[in-house]
Formats: sequence, C-alpha cells, structure tokens
Amino acid sequence: MLWFILKRILWSIPTMVLISIATFIIIQLPPGDYVTAYIAELEETGESISALEAVELRKSFGLDRPMIVQYWDWISNIVFYGDFGLSLDWKLPVSDLLWDRIALTLMISTLSLLLTWVIAIPIGVYSATRQYSVFDYVFTVLGFLGRGIPDFLLALVLMWMGFAYFNFHVGGLFSPEMADAPWSLAKFWDLLVHLWVPVVVLATGGAAGLLRVMRANMLEELGKPYVETAYAQGMGEREVVWRYPVRVALNPFFSTVGWALPALISGDVITAVVLNLPTTGPLLLRALLNQDMYMAGGFILILSIFTIIGTLLSDILLTLTDPRIRHA
Amino acid sequence: MTDTNVTDMDKTQVIDTARPITLMWWRFKQHKLALWSLYLIGFLYFVAAFAEFLAPYDPFKHSKLHAYVPPQQVHLFHEGSFVGPFIYGLDRKRDPETARLIFSEDTAKVLPIKLFHRGDSYHFWGLWETDLHLFGIEGGRRDRLYLLGSDSLGRDLLSRLIYGGRVTLSVGLIGVFFSFVIGITLGSIAGLVGGRVDAAIQRVAEFVRSIPTIPLWLGLAAALPIHWDPIFVYLLITVILALIGWTNLARVVRGHFMTIRNQDFVLAAQLSGAKPKRVVTRHMLPSMTSYVIAAVTLAIPEMILGETSLSFLGLGLRPPVVSWGVLLQDAQNLRSIALAPWLLAPGAAIVATILAFNFLGDGLRDAADPYQK
Repeated sequence: MLWFILKRILWSIPTMVLISIATFIIIQLPPGDYVTAYIAELEETGESISALEAVELRKSFGLDRPMIVQYWDWISNIVFYGDFGLSLDWKLPVSDLLWDRIALTLMISTLSLLLTWVIAIPIGVYSATRQYSVFDYVFTVLGFLGRGIPDFLLALVLMWMGFAYFNFHVGGLFSPEMADAPWSLAKFWDLLVHLWVPVVVLATGGAAGLLRVMRANMLEELGKPYVETAYAQGMGEREVVWRYPVRVALNPFFSTVGWALPALISGDVITAVVLNLPTTGPLLLRALLNQDMYMAGGFILILSIFTIIGTLLSDILLTLTDPRIRHA
Repeated sequence: MTDTNVTDMDKTQVIDTARPITLMWWRFKQHKLALWSLYLIGFLYFVAAFAEFLAPYDPFKHSKLHAYVPPQQVHLFHEGSFVGPFIYGLDRKRDPETARLIFSEDTAKVLPIKLFHRGDSYHFWGLWETDLHLFGIEGGRRDRLYLLGSDSLGRDLLSRLIYGGRVTLSVGLIGVFFSFVIGITLGSIAGLVGGRVDAAIQRVAEFVRSIPTIPLWLGLAAALPIHWDPIFVYLLITVILALIGWTNLARVVRGHFMTIRNQDFVLAAQLSGAKPKRVVTRHMLPSMTSYVIAAVTLAIPEMILGETSLSFLGLGLRPPVVSWGVLLQDAQNLRSIALAPWLLAPGAAIVATILAFNFLGDGLRDAADPYQK
C-alpha cells in the first residue's frame, strides 16, 4: 500500500516537469513580448519609445536571452527560492500577488466541491431508490438544466435577477466598505453573504453531472443479490441502502475528484471575471492580455500543480476505499 | 385470435430481418427527448445555413436613433379589427432625469409584417446578389422591426443572433472534426498496438486532461495576434479547442478497440486471411461507428461552450465577427444587463443548443447497440 502511494507520488514528478515546460512554452507563444505590448500601450497614449530604449528595456528584463536560459532561470528560482519572478505589469514580485488569490480560489473550489457532493449524493440516492417518481423526474430535469447552463451564464443571470428583483448586489467577495477593513466578525459575515453566489454557481454544473452518475451507479448496485440478501435478513431500507450499495456507488466520486478540481478551477476563472471576484481569474486574464509572462506563467503553473495533487489524492483515496484496485 | 398471431409473427420477422440502422432508428425514436432535440438541432442548422434570407436585417446595419430598443410585440388586432401580424411604430422620449431613451408604442402607426420582403441587399452564399428576406416591415426609412430588441448601436439582435449561430454552430462542427481526426487516430493506434505505445498515448491524454482547460485555452488563445484575419483566427480557435478536446474521443475509441479485438468476428476475419488493414477498416471500425457518432455528438457542446467562453472573455473571436459568445460580451456588466436584459438572449440560444446536443447524444448512445436488451 505504502509502496503504491510512493510509486504514484514519484510518477507525478515527471508530469510536473512537463507541465512547467508546457506552461513556459504557452506563455512564450504570443508573438512579441512584454516590451512590445508595453510599447503598444505607450503609443495608444501618444508617447513613443526609441528602438535603443526598447533594447535596453528588454535587456533589463532579461528578455534578450535564449529561451532555454530564460526557462531555467524561471523554474530554478521557483523550485529553489519560491521566487516566481517579477510581474512586469505590476512591478511587484509575482508571489506577492499570487498566493492571496490562489488561496481564495482554492477556498471557493473546495467549498464548491463539498457542495457538489452534498447535493449530488443524497439526490442521486433518492432518485435511484424512488426511480420514476415525481421527484426523480424533477431532479432529472434540473440535472440536465444544470449541465446545459454554462457557469458564466448562470452567474450573469443570478447577477441580473439579484439586481432586478431583490435589489441585492451580487458580485465581489466583500461589500465595498468591507474590502479593506481588517478581519472581524462583521467582515467574516460579509464574506459569507457574498460567497454563496460563486460557490453555488460553480457547484451546479458538477453536481448535475455527478447526480446522474450516482443515480446510474445506485440503480446498478440496487439490483444485485447482496442487496436482496440484506433485505431478506430483515434490515430496514435506510440501513440497507446507506450501508452497502451507497459505499460501492461512491467509488466514481473518489476517482473523479482529480478531474473535478481542474473543472472547478477552470470554472472559477471565468465566473470570477463575471462576478468580479478577487480570485485568480481576473488577474490571469489581465496578465495574458498584457503578456505579463511571469505572472501568467506562475498562475497556470500553480493551478496545474494543484490539479496534479488533486488527481494524486483521488488515486490514493480510491485505493483506500476500494480494495479491488489495491490488489489488482 | 389468428389475426393477432399472424401480425405478431410478421413483427418478429420484420425485427429479425431489419438492418442494424433501422433497428437503431426504432430505438432512437423511443427516446422522445432525443428525437425533439434532433428536430431542434436540424432547425438551428437550417437557420444558420440560410441566415441571410431568414434574418430581417444586415447584422451590421446600425441606427443611432434606435439604441437599446426593447423587444417589440407582434399584434394581430388593431382597434378591434383583424389586420394580420403587425407592430406599432416607435415613440422616442428622453427621460428628463436620467437622459435615457425611453421607447413606447405609437398606437397610431400600424406597420404590417410582410412575408418575402425586399430589404437590405446581400450576397446569398457569396453567389448572387439579392435583397429578398423572409419577413420585414413596410414603412419609412426610420421604422424598424426589433423582435428581440436592439443593442447599443441600434443593431437588430435577432439578425445578429441568426448570423452568430452560423459561426458558433460551425465552430462546434469543425472543432469536433479536428478532434475526431486526432482522437480516432491516436485512440485506434493505442487500442490496436497496445503495450508501450498505448501507455505513452494514455500518459499524453492524462497530461492534457490534468491541465485546467480554461487557463490553457486562455493561454493558447492569447497567443493569437489581434491583427490577424478573423477567419484565420476562427480556424485556429477551433484547432485549439480540438487540441484539448480529443482525449475523450480517444478514450472511447481505444476502449472499443480493446473490447472487440478479441471477439469472434475479428478472429474469423483474421483466420480467413484478411490483412490487418482490411480487418480494421472493414470489420472493426464499422462495428463501432454508432458509438463514435454518439461520442462526437456529446463532444460538440463542449466545443460550443469553449468558443462562447473564450469569445465572452475577449480572447476568442472578436468583433466584427458575430458569434453567440461575442454577442454575450455586450451583456458582460451589470449596467447593460439592467438596462437591456434582452441582451441575454444569445445565452438562451446557447443553453438550448447545448441541452439539445446532450439529449441527442444520450439518445444516440442508447440506440448505438440495437442488439442489446
């Protein structure tokens, strides 16, 4: 068992190296570099910059060196010193801007994941045990709707409804007057009031998908002889259902944690732009548009690494819960 | 008594001798939702194909006087008498406090909606020039028909929605075509050869899956320079979507190759001396067409979602190209939605399309194996 986990952890190292290379290539792909974008920006405001100055600028940012050297500089600083370089756009170290945002993104993603399960598991079990009942149909319709509505659209509609019908301003994580205030009970409450919107928006899509999976798995398990045996021994329905088939049907949940996480992080990026949340999304978008490469690279790298860790955790969870995989 | 027996006999005979495709169609027809989705998708693509004729206006024709006109209501009766479908003229007023334009119906002015109306001229499919539209209104130069309202420049949202559908729906098809090519090639190689090649392809697929899609899309899309030809950007966007979207198809294809590889009919073909190429193309691939079609159908909504998300964020297609994602950009901030909620209409179109493709895919998947119980 320990050996399996160790092997799995070792396997993820080359993946991380590959991810870092892919990230670096992606952020290098746009033609031109930060200096070109900077010059274009200056020209829009009527200023200009001489060719010599441009060369000097490139040199000072280290953009004139070969790609492989730049890559090594970038990754070695991250690995050895935790230094993600300087955001060319903000003129601040990337790590200063990065961690707060990542922490919020992870918090929202984790809460959404939990909410996804809280919604999907009981409803999936109910739909399977009361197949073709009225509520089963209701939940089926809701499930399909949830799968069909893109996150950002749901956010837009909620924002509009909140504004038009409830006079409630959806968006942001804090009220304007609370944003810079020090942490207090009032601020925490303010956060909770704002937090539910993005969490619900992100959870619906995933919950809708998992609900169907849970229902299908449960239907398959409920027909098996061991369930009948349990009933025959005189156990009540609640006890039978929750003690045996649910545990088997839960396996796909563990195996998809790894995929649910990247999906949530992806969803967070675009939802955050719509809802104006102080998470990674808006900053990443801005960094990409401005070719602020260290910033964009740092975000993509960290988000991808969290995804790999999520997959790793789901594999380990799966082997812990399902002995058949462990011994295969 | 004997009669029913005979029809029962006939029925079983018909079922026994029906071709697989007929069986699939019967099975598919039972899935009512999927059948209706098929009709809806057919209708959407029909509208997209004949956009120029079906849209009442040119999607770029703007009108300073008609910014943010709310959707107009079609009436049938004017002062108690039947006149056929018509709209009332528009009355413009300015709110003295907010300086906002307020439109109301001018019930004195009846503008009947005419079929086969001559309006803005266009090149039909780039072939010949005409000005025939399915419908439009007769009236002065200033009278316009806004069934879904207008945007900030007074452009007709319905026309833009119809033209946008052409781009968005075709992105789905072309993107799926690319990812289908990549997916089926890599998937069949992995499934056939197995061993190390299989493991390598599996790892690559896992790697692509493990990167969060939207940041990856954003990163790749940001690499496209703004000044490129919109058509070229459009093609590249579909390629980007395909480069990330092929993994699922590859998984389906690989899985099926793995299961049929050891089945009797493949062995029979091999024993009769068929060459490997013939076994794959004549025996194995046809046996999984239906599964692949189902997987492809389920992949289309992903592509459509990808395009709309990217364009919505301003990294995908950009104006002047009209797509549903580009249209939704207008509805990005609370102020414009509060002012003109009808700008969310493209969102409804997206949801309807995605749902329809999902139902259709589910129906196809159920029908894919007609011999299953």
